[in-house]
Parts: sequence; structure tokens; C-alpha cells
Amino acid sequence: MDIGRISRRHLLQGGAALTLGAAAGLRPAFAAETTIGFIYVGSRDDYGYNQAHAQGAAALKKIPGLKVVEEEKVPETDAVEKTIESMINLDGATLLFPTSFGYYNPHMIKMASKYPKLRFEHCGGLWSDKDPKNAGSYFGYIDEAQYISGIVAGLTSKSGKLGFVAAKPIPQVLRNINAFTLGAKSVNPKATTQVIFTGDWSMPVKEAEATNSLIDQGVDVLTCHVDGPKTMVENAARRGAFVCGYHTNQSALAPKAYLTGAEWNWEALYPKFVKMIAAGEGIPNFYRGGLKEEIVKVSPYGEAVSAEARKAADEAKAKFLSAEGFAIFKGGLVDNKGKTVIATGTDRGQKDPELEKMDYLVEGVIGATS
Amino acid sequence: MADGSIGLWTVPLAVLGGAIRVSTPFLFVSLGECITERSGRINLGLEGTLVMGAMSAYGISYLTGSPWLGVLAAGITGALLGALHAGICSLPRVNDVAVGIALMLFGTGLAFYLGKPLIEPTAPRLPAIDFGWWSDIPQVRAALRINVLFLIGVALAPILYWAFRTTRWGLLIRTAGESSDAARAMGHSVRLIRLRATMVGGFLAGIGGSFLSLFYPGSWNEGLSSGQGITAVALVIFARWDPLLCLWASLAFGGAAALGPALQSVGVTSGYHLFNAAPYILTLAIMIITCSPKRTLTGAPAELSITR
Repeated sequence: MDIGRISRRHLLQGGAALTLGAAAGLRPAFAAETTIGFIYVGSRDDYGYNQAHAQGAAALKKIPGLKVVEEEKVPETDAVEKTIESMINLDGATLLFPTSFGYYNPHMIKMASKYPKLRFEHCGGLWSDKDPKNAGSYFGYIDEAQYISGIVAGLTSKSGKLGFVAAKPIPQVLRNINAFTLGAKSVNPKATTQVIFTGDWSMPVKEAEATNSLIDQGVDVLTCHVDGPKTMVENAARRGAFVCGYHTNQSALAPKAYLTGAEWNWEALYPKFVKMIAAGEGIPNFYRGGLKEEIVKVSPYGEAVSAEARKAADEAKAKFLSAEGFAIFKGGLVDNKGKTVIATGTDRGQKDPELEKMDYLVEGVIGATS
Repeated sequence: MADGSIGLWTVPLAVLGGAIRVSTPFLFVSLGECITERSGRINLGLEGTLVMGAMSAYGISYLTGSPWLGVLAAGITGALLGALHAGICSLPRVNDVAVGIALMLFGTGLAFYLGKPLIEPTAPRLPAIDFGWWSDIPQVRAALRINVLFLIGVALAPILYWAFRTTRWGLLIRTAGESSDAARAMGHSVRLIRLRATMVGGFLAGIGGSFLSLFYPGSWNEGLSSGQGITAVALVIFARWDPLLCLWASLAFGGAAALGPALQSVGVTSGYHLFNAAPYILTLAIMIITCSPKRTLTGAPAELSITR
């Protein structure tokens, strides 16, 4: 029965290719229906990482001529290769977004080599010249938004103690912890960030325990980097602490406690990618950007954010948006073991690949990476 | 102290608070499984029951606005899953362990499927009773905000212990578990006893699930249980099928789960992976200490398929 289905699809694809060929030059590429596949590691409505991508996918569904297929809860194993194969062979997907970190190498690279005519876009990976040309990686400098969250947190906290519930000490997480801390320290030099690693991306009981332990230590503003911030946000709000969100906007869960948050802006980026393809220019293999490039955004301020904090945060935002930009990780940076990690005089701008290898916690963070 | 922090005291307090907060699902599932296993049957599907209970409690609480109706719904869902397990197992030549694994997958899968629209909304939660009114340290007050379900669970353990020893029902369940021939000779239907025991076990496990989604951590999502149902089933063996030991084992597991985050919060940051694994290390250690190759597990019901 599968043979019948595939051959019918092949016929349709063949027909589509013919139509496309005939129309070339006259119409944009999406005259024939293009199918885009999205693969998520967790649930699409987790108030977190996967929901942010699903919102991006939803933005694509609104564009006529695009068909979006999605699969949730695909583990970072061979399973993702099977999903990619079935999206290509059964649904006719020509552009794929495997969105989780662990999908990249070896799984997506393998699939990209096997299907050189299709396009693969990975979120978070580090594309290099050695990788297939039809693969690409994109990511946002969400630490810029975390820096702004840090400013708001630093000016809202009464104890000067901030808390960070983190999953694993990988460079992206460490960058967020460090940027959040540096933001807080820029307005309150005495501020500290206590970090707790739960060990995995989705551990609701551990996240709740971490939240309670931090608040027991006198922490009064918390943020996190786990897949679903809902547990942290709700439990912190119940204990009367303030929160800064992550991935998407969680203000609906705790309107009084929600200060601001670092959000992805995939709903702006994905339509941009599609336009690039339609215009025939293609997506750059290595695509990165921050607030200025509209890949990340900051949640609207909550009611508990003071006028002073709003002003300081807006000023920082303006610096990030300015033509010369703003480097969070500046020369003379010392880690929390007293070692100088960035030599004086060398500012590490956002695009610096060194930052993608970050393995330290800056001064002011209480915690260790191992 | 002036800044509201209590320093190193966080650790024992968090372990105590964790023992109270985290242990309840362990307690209900292990007591439920204790009843089922005492009747001579293993229901490994309680992980699925726990997750289904969590989902249905959250859904009913959200739809009706009453968390207690949610708890009831979770119990009923659990009892129905228990009846399904017992029903399939009463067919000839059916292995209860295999059915349990199937029901575990079925329960979690069904809960994820039906629970899809419940991830976003916020349902009314169960209230907590403030037992920390005597203290003016907010950390102590927070640790002693106790849910009624925990108290019910704690009361249930000695009641079950007493019931197994002295009541007619307790005796019947034990007879079915020790020797089905004896129960049959006494004129009782072993199948019926096991059906009821499995349903009661499922009922309790479902209520354990409602605690997860309606009290702590207090919302529905797919990673909610993270294997607590399976751990609780193992805990029964570890507690030697004794309801009172189930209580202590559940408290120890709850406290151990709180240890990793608490140590990190006071600055003991190296080796947190090891501390996060504390509950499992504890299980292994006790299993190794108490096991002997020379005899079968003490207290194991003779009719259990793993001991037979």
C-alpha cells in the first residue's frame, strides 16, 4: 500500500517540478506547494523552547503555498533520522528544521549528505566548512536579552541575590547565566547569581526543588534555562519571588511576579528564511543574530518593574540596537575561580566563535560547571 | 541572617521539606502496589496509572474548578486501569509483568495524548495547611506547608499495617497472595480478591498522580512523573511489602530527591550529578545490604510471579 502512496507522491512531485520549471522566472518559488518539516524534541506547547519554534512554524503556515509538517517528542538519536526520512519520502518536505541541539551531529549531517538537493536548517549547531553545503545552522544571541533581564532583576532584587535554574553546563547555558549576571552587576555591583543545575532539560520535580532551595537561600528574583520554564515560574511566584522568563512569554502564568524575559523571535526569522529562498539567494550556512537582527526579543515589562529599571533596561536595549552594537563579554573578565578568562583589551563581540566554547562562570556566579 | 538567608540550615530543611513535598506520590503508589502485591499480583503499570491520574486530575480540576473532584477523578481513573490490568491477568496464561509493562506504556501514551490541550491552562490547585505558623522563619513556614493528601497517606500506612494483620479483608488478601489454593479451598474467588486489590492499588496510585499535577510541582506536563511510578513499585520490594516501611522508604526517597538541589544552593557545587542520583544510589545500597543469595526475600508473597 505504501508503494501506491509513494508513486502517487512522486507523480505529484514530478508534476509540481514541471509546473515550477514552466513558471520559472515569472513567479516566486512557491507556486507549487512547498513542504517544510519541523522536528521538536519535546512537546509543542511546553511554554518553552519547543513552543517558541512551533510559533515560528505557525507563522509559516499563514504564508500561502507553504505546507508545514511537524513531529514532536523526537529523541536526539537515530529516531530523528527516521523522522527526517519519512518527512522527505512521505510528505515531500524540501526544507527541514530539526530544532534540537543534539540533532545536528551526526544525525542531520548524515541526512544532509544523503539528500544533497534538500535544505536542512539546524537551530543551535555550529556549521563549519567541512559540513555539507545544503546544511546550515542558525541561532540567536539570546544572552543579549538575558543581559537585559539581568538589569531588571538586579534593580528589582532587594537581597541582591538572584537565582538561576539551569539544565546542563553547556556553552549556551553558561552564556545565559553569565550574561544575566553581568547585566545585574552592571546596575548592582554586589549582585550575585546562584545557579543550580538539574542535570536534564525537563525535570519538573528537580526544577521545583531547585526553585524552593534558592528561595530558602534568600534569592528573590529567579530565571532559568530549561526546556519548560512553567514549573519554575509557578513555584517561584507561589513563594512570592519575582521571575524573568525564558524561551517564550510566561507572564500569563504569573502576571504579578513576571518582570521580563528573554524570548526567541522565530516567528520573525522563519518567514525571512523562506523569503530568502523564494528570492533565490538562499539562506547563509551560518546565520546568527541578536536583538538587532530580530532573532531574539525581550518580554514587555511587568507591573513590578520600577521606572528606574525600565530606563536602565531600555538604555541597554538601545546600545544593542545601535550600529556599533554592544559587547557583553569585555576584556578583563574574571571567572568565579579568580582566573582571567578574557584578556584586558580584547572585547569579545557577539559573533566571536570563542564565546560559543564558553566553559566558565563569571565572577558573581555561585556555582560550578562540573 | 539579616538578609533572610539561613545558610547551611537550608540543607536539612530542604531534605525535610523535600521528604514532605516529594514523597507523597511515592507513598500512594507504593501503598497501592503493596495491597496489589500482597494479593499475589504485580502491577508494573502504576507508572502509567500515576501519569493518567495526574492528567485526569488536572483536566477535571480545570474543567470543574474543584481540585477535589480532580483527585476523585484521578482515583477512579486509576481504579479503572487497575480493573483493566486485573481483567487481562485473569485470562489463562497471561503474565502479569508483561501486562503491567504494556499498561504502563498505554497509560503514559494515553495521558500524553489526552493531556495535550492541558499543558497551557492553569488549573486550580489543592490547598495547603500551614503547619509552620509557630515559626517566623519564612523558610520553615514554606517547608511546613503541608497538603492534606500527604497526611492521608501518612495515616493510611499504619491503617493498612493494622488491616493486613487483624481484619478479615487483610487476611483474605494475604491468603490469596500466599496460597491461592488455600483461598480457593476456603470458598473465595482468588480472581475477585485480586481484582479488588488491583483496583484499590490503582485508585491510590491515581491519587498519587493528582498530587503531582495539583500540588507539587503543581502543573501538568509530560515530564511530570519522570519515572516516579516505577521507582515506587521498586520501593515496595525494598520495603518488604510492609506498609509502615513503605512510608519510611517514601520519606527517604523524597528527602534524597531534595538533596542535590539543596547542596548546590549552599555552594556544594562539585559532583552534583552524583547528588542528583542520590535516590538511586540509596536504592542500590539498601538492596545490596538486604539481599542474600541463600534465601528468598523475606516478606515476599509466595504467589508473586517473581518469587514463584
